[in-house]
Amino acid sequence: MKARAFAYARPSSLAEAHAAFAGADGDASFISGGQSLVPALAMRLQAPQVLIDLSAIPEMRGVRLDGETLRIGALTRHAETLTEPLIRAHAPLLAAAAPFVAHPAIRNRGTVGGSVALADPASEFPAMMLAMGAEMEISGVDGMRRVAADDFFQDLYQTAIEPGEILVALHVPAAGPRHVCAFDEMARRRGDYAMVGGGILAERDGAVIVNPRIALFSVGPTPVRARNAEAEIAGKALDADTIAAAQRALDADIDPLDDAEIPAAMRRHLARVLLGRLLRKLETCS
Amino acid sequence: MNMMAGTVPLSLTVNGEEVARMVAPRTTLADFLRTDLELTATHVGCEMGACGACLVLLDGVPVHSCLVFAVQAQGQSVETVEGLVASGALAPLQQAFHERNALQCGFCTPGMLVNAHALIARGSVPDREEIRDAISGNYCRCTGYEAIVDAIEAAARKANGEGAE
Amino acid sequence: MNAPFDRPLGAAPHLEPGVHVGRPLPRPNAKRLVAGRGNYVTDMKRPRMLHAAFVRSPFAHARIVRIDVEAARAAPGVALVATGEDLAKLCTPWVGTLDHFKGMKSEPQLPLPLERVTWSGQAVVAVVAESRAAAEDACELVEIEYEDLPVLADLDTALAPDAPRLVEGFADNLCFRSALESGAVDDLFASAAHVVEADLAFGRHTGVTLEPRAIIADYDASEHALTVHHGTQTPFQFQDLYSRHYGIPEARVRVAAPDVGGSFGVKLHVYHEDMAVIGLSMLAGRPVKYVVDRLEAFVSDIHARDHRVKAKAAVGADGRILAMAVEDETAIGAFSTYPRTSAVEGNQVIRLIGAPYRLEAYRADLKVVFQNKTQTSQYRAVGHPIACAVTEHLMEKAAAATGLDPFEVRARNLISDDAYPCQSLTGFKFEQLSHEACLAKLKTLMDYDRLRAEQAELCARGIHRGIGIAAFVEITNPTPAFYGIGGARISAQDGAVIKITPSGEVRCLISVTEQGQGTEAIIGQIVADYLGVSRDIVRVITGDTEVTPHGGATWACRGAGIGGETALQAAKKLKANVLNVAAAILQAQPGDLDLVDAEVVDKAGGTVRLSLAEVARIAYFRSDTLPPGTDAQLTVAHHYAPSGYPFAFTNGIHGCHVEVDAEIGLVKILKHFVVEDCGRIINPLLVEEQVRGGVVQGLGAAFFEECRYDEAGQLVNGSLADYLVPMSCEMPDIVIAHMETPTRDTELGAKGCGEAGTAASSAAALNAVNDALAPLGAELTQIPMTPARILKALGAY
Repeated sequence: MKARAFAYARPSSLAEAHAAFAGADGDASFISGGQSLVPALAMRLQAPQVLIDLSAIPEMRGVRLDGETLRIGALTRHAETLTEPLIRAHAPLLAAAAPFVAHPAIRNRGTVGGSVALADPASEFPAMMLAMGAEMEISGVDGMRRVAADDFFQDLYQTAIEPGEILVALHVPAAGPRHVCAFDEMARRRGDYAMVGGGILAERDGAVIVNPRIALFSVGPTPVRARNAEAEIAGKALDADTIAAAQRALDADIDPLDDAEIPAAMRRHLARVLLGRLLRKLETCS
Repeated sequence: MNMMAGTVPLSLTVNGEEVARMVAPRTTLADFLRTDLELTATHVGCEMGACGACLVLLDGVPVHSCLVFAVQAQGQSVETVEGLVASGALAPLQQAFHERNALQCGFCTPGMLVNAHALIARGSVPDREEIRDAISGNYCRCTGYEAIVDAIEAAARKANGEGAE
Repeated sequence: MNAPFDRPLGAAPHLEPGVHVGRPLPRPNAKRLVAGRGNYVTDMKRPRMLHAAFVRSPFAHARIVRIDVEAARAAPGVALVATGEDLAKLCTPWVGTLDHFKGMKSEPQLPLPLERVTWSGQAVVAVVAESRAAAEDACELVEIEYEDLPVLADLDTALAPDAPRLVEGFADNLCFRSALESGAVDDLFASAAHVVEADLAFGRHTGVTLEPRAIIADYDASEHALTVHHGTQTPFQFQDLYSRHYGIPEARVRVAAPDVGGSFGVKLHVYHEDMAVIGLSMLAGRPVKYVVDRLEAFVSDIHARDHRVKAKAAVGADGRILAMAVEDETAIGAFSTYPRTSAVEGNQVIRLIGAPYRLEAYRADLKVVFQNKTQTSQYRAVGHPIACAVTEHLMEKAAAATGLDPFEVRARNLISDDAYPCQSLTGFKFEQLSHEACLAKLKTLMDYDRLRAEQAELCARGIHRGIGIAAFVEITNPTPAFYGIGGARISAQDGAVIKITPSGEVRCLISVTEQGQGTEAIIGQIVADYLGVSRDIVRVITGDTEVTPHGGATWACRGAGIGGETALQAAKKLKANVLNVAAAILQAQPGDLDLVDAEVVDKAGGTVRLSLAEVARIAYFRSDTLPPGTDAQLTVAHHYAPSGYPFAFTNGIHGCHVEVDAEIGLVKILKHFVVEDCGRIINPLLVEEQVRGGVVQGLGAAFFEECRYDEAGQLVNGSLADYLVPMSCEMPDIVIAHMETPTRDTELGAKGCGEAGTAASSAAALNAVNDALAPLGAELTQIPMTPARILKALGAY
């Protein structure tokens, strides 16, 4: 299980990174934390001519508050989302999801940007970008562009990132005192990809839930916004009837894959249970 | 920046010593340590980050050396079990693992020690659930984990608990 | 009934702890491993060593039409590319059958196939290169054209009367069939107050040793000699096989097993790649190393289990199980594993069902069925988990049918502790077991009544906890009745050489081997006590055919029982020799002297007369000062083969306490309990860790582990991300208590403890989950108990 030979480049700017990609005629892969890419290379599922290491690009580093928006550099490690005070304060949903991402040593190396760019439909962070309404800052040869999370995840492992483009940072609307959130997932073992998982970010006005954003993962080829369920709870207090209505509405939001290990009908069931648990958690969240 | 096929120069610090070698970019840090530097305490169990046998400290934090290419560690500092043993950093854990028989075949042990060392270095005495979480990615086929949890708990108490120096 | 039979009892063993024996001493050799100083085959290098990689079949069953290796041969760094034909010129074929399994059949095997592949993942072409990466590069250049053949990927397809035959010329797809019948089965079922039935299914597992299989073969043509460093449990078995199949004189074949990163039965079978590597070294004239990578391990390491069992029991109104009848169908690979076969597990399943209990009649039918899948064979607790789960599931059904508590129904059925010796209906002779005492002890250990009260209280609040128990009997210490009788050159005896060094220290070279169980530690404790020295001066050396006497090594929990007795007798022999020399020096009678803590003392009074070091100094350097005719033999060899009972049996009982989240089908294992009786305990620390590790392997089987195949015979979860092994967060703490019923077949009295944990933990877990689900009207009859199966049983989707 050894990767096919490749050349290695470590550009120190985005311009150099784009040049390296062009220089390889596009037969190149970008690597940041590499926690998903390296196994794929070892198994020869991918075999680029050139591996372009993004770790030395300054614009991709750091977490800072830009007014109402938290800018999370794509190279931010999973482990930093657990400890970084700005993330804990302004993207609490990300911090809540972080302990569920794989295992400690993977979190020490894996990056938020890498996870979002890979867009594994069973991963926590891509779905949380949806729940948080993040915007993706993407660099291409022609400059930067921004893509909203709702438009970012297109199909299985397919995002709005075009070949040669680089996810530079994630812009998350900073959560304020009115925001409440909840995260949960159901996995067979700690750190496994979840059978079903999800997160909610909302505002609370007294007992009433406002502007809820619910995102689930492991329920289809991409992370999924549960818009029908959101509509059931928006502007309401989370009583048992509301929660039940949201659970019923969820069925129309998701289209889970059917496989022998976890049949689609089971995922639908789990998603309903999960939503109920998330909403009850949200309700008790202060 | 540097882009070329074949081998590339690599310099890094391994167990406190400067190391300079030519290395093929596809060589993982695990294979580099084991083959080029003969530091075979770092074990390879799955080559996909699922077993934890290959954990080393990279700039002070545990990472899977099978999920890092050696070239990515350019200029960084790597500590392996050999180095941690030589410096005495692992002595309390070594003793606790031995006394509690927290290993059988020993193949998972280096990875367990690296994670346990990082956990204890946080400075508190973790509870058993925290210990289990810290080693949640470390596969052991032999022990059933309880003895390992016991040993880490004992070493943590000794290092950070009441009466610790 | 269990017929008593005549056998003279051996000498009563000594149960009081010795200076070392019976004490929880840490393993001396573990210090090296925690210091990062392990020396595994995966770590080893030899001068001019090459690396092998294999091109594997993507099809489960296909004819090989064409192989083109030219591009691979020309690839950078490639030393050699070999096909089946190249190796068939060097290696004779093997057939994995045993003579005492009547009617057994299996297709002859070669290192690499000539005409046809029979499972997906089978090695077809070998590439040997300067590095593993270069070998893998060249593998991508090998072109193989295949033609599909019909695939047998499940039991029903293979058992259908018109099924295509996996092997041309075979009458059917059965590797082996066996039937047992004893007592008036039909009458008892006809007249029983209750008949309980179950169809149970057991997933296909694999061993997942953390160190994958690894081998370095170094053939030296100048001496026609072969040195193999091999991660194996059984060096002598492989010495014999490499010698015979490659025509190299046995005495010129060395197999050395240094540190082995886990084995559990995985590393004592013949694997095609390992056999190929011997030939590759012969062809290359250089050492060749091969390490199975994790993806290869899933399609080439043995698989195990994969049984479905139809079982029923006739139950009296009083809860007595009168008779059992079972049909076991087990899916193996495309051939029977060599040299231990793929039939032993099924054979043990049907012979162990009901073993702890007093049955009046028993019938069993076993079908061992070929599949186009990876080979299966003996893996930790061979057959026991299935036999135990079948028995204990029926026991729960009997309890339910008669309204008895699980402890009570077992109390009414277990073989009484005063009924020994006795014999099971399947022919097993039990010397002395302690089921009743273990049952009583488990009840206390679990605080059973409190758990039941808590269960009822929590159930009322919608929290579903369950308690399950499972008794077991485990086979250990086999005599030649296991393999030798069937013609396999697998030794049931072991040998030890013990010597006093010139400085008065002790070296023990013994044929039992170490994979972390603590073999070397317990042998050291035994030698120290029976020789009369401190363990600190005893060095134990294992795992090298060039160094130790010939022996069976480590399998079937024989290390302590057989290896330990070998060491004990050797130590006693050596002690007698030491005292003879000392007596000559001291002009005393040997019988008046003793050896205590490496000092020769007066047996009466304990006065120190002479140190062992002084005896050694005189014997080795000043023999001129010894009286003429003194026979100073400070090295002894001793071989020991069990010859009394065909097997030693151990027993015990497990309890499992779980909580089921019935909404999502996940189970939290709260605690697991074991009361075990492995005979005399040499080191309680090591016994308990053997049990814990074994329990977790069984819990892995109960909840996680399963090799899943699609209808094309493709393993669909063959990676460590997809095949779920038990990890730390899901495994419970395990509470252990002991009974100690020594075997009188040996002076040591030890049986074995390596498989007791695995034997019954999955059965206890199954019963616990079913206990939790009972109020919800759901029942599981299949392991692993995945969320999908639990939710299905609950009708949640």
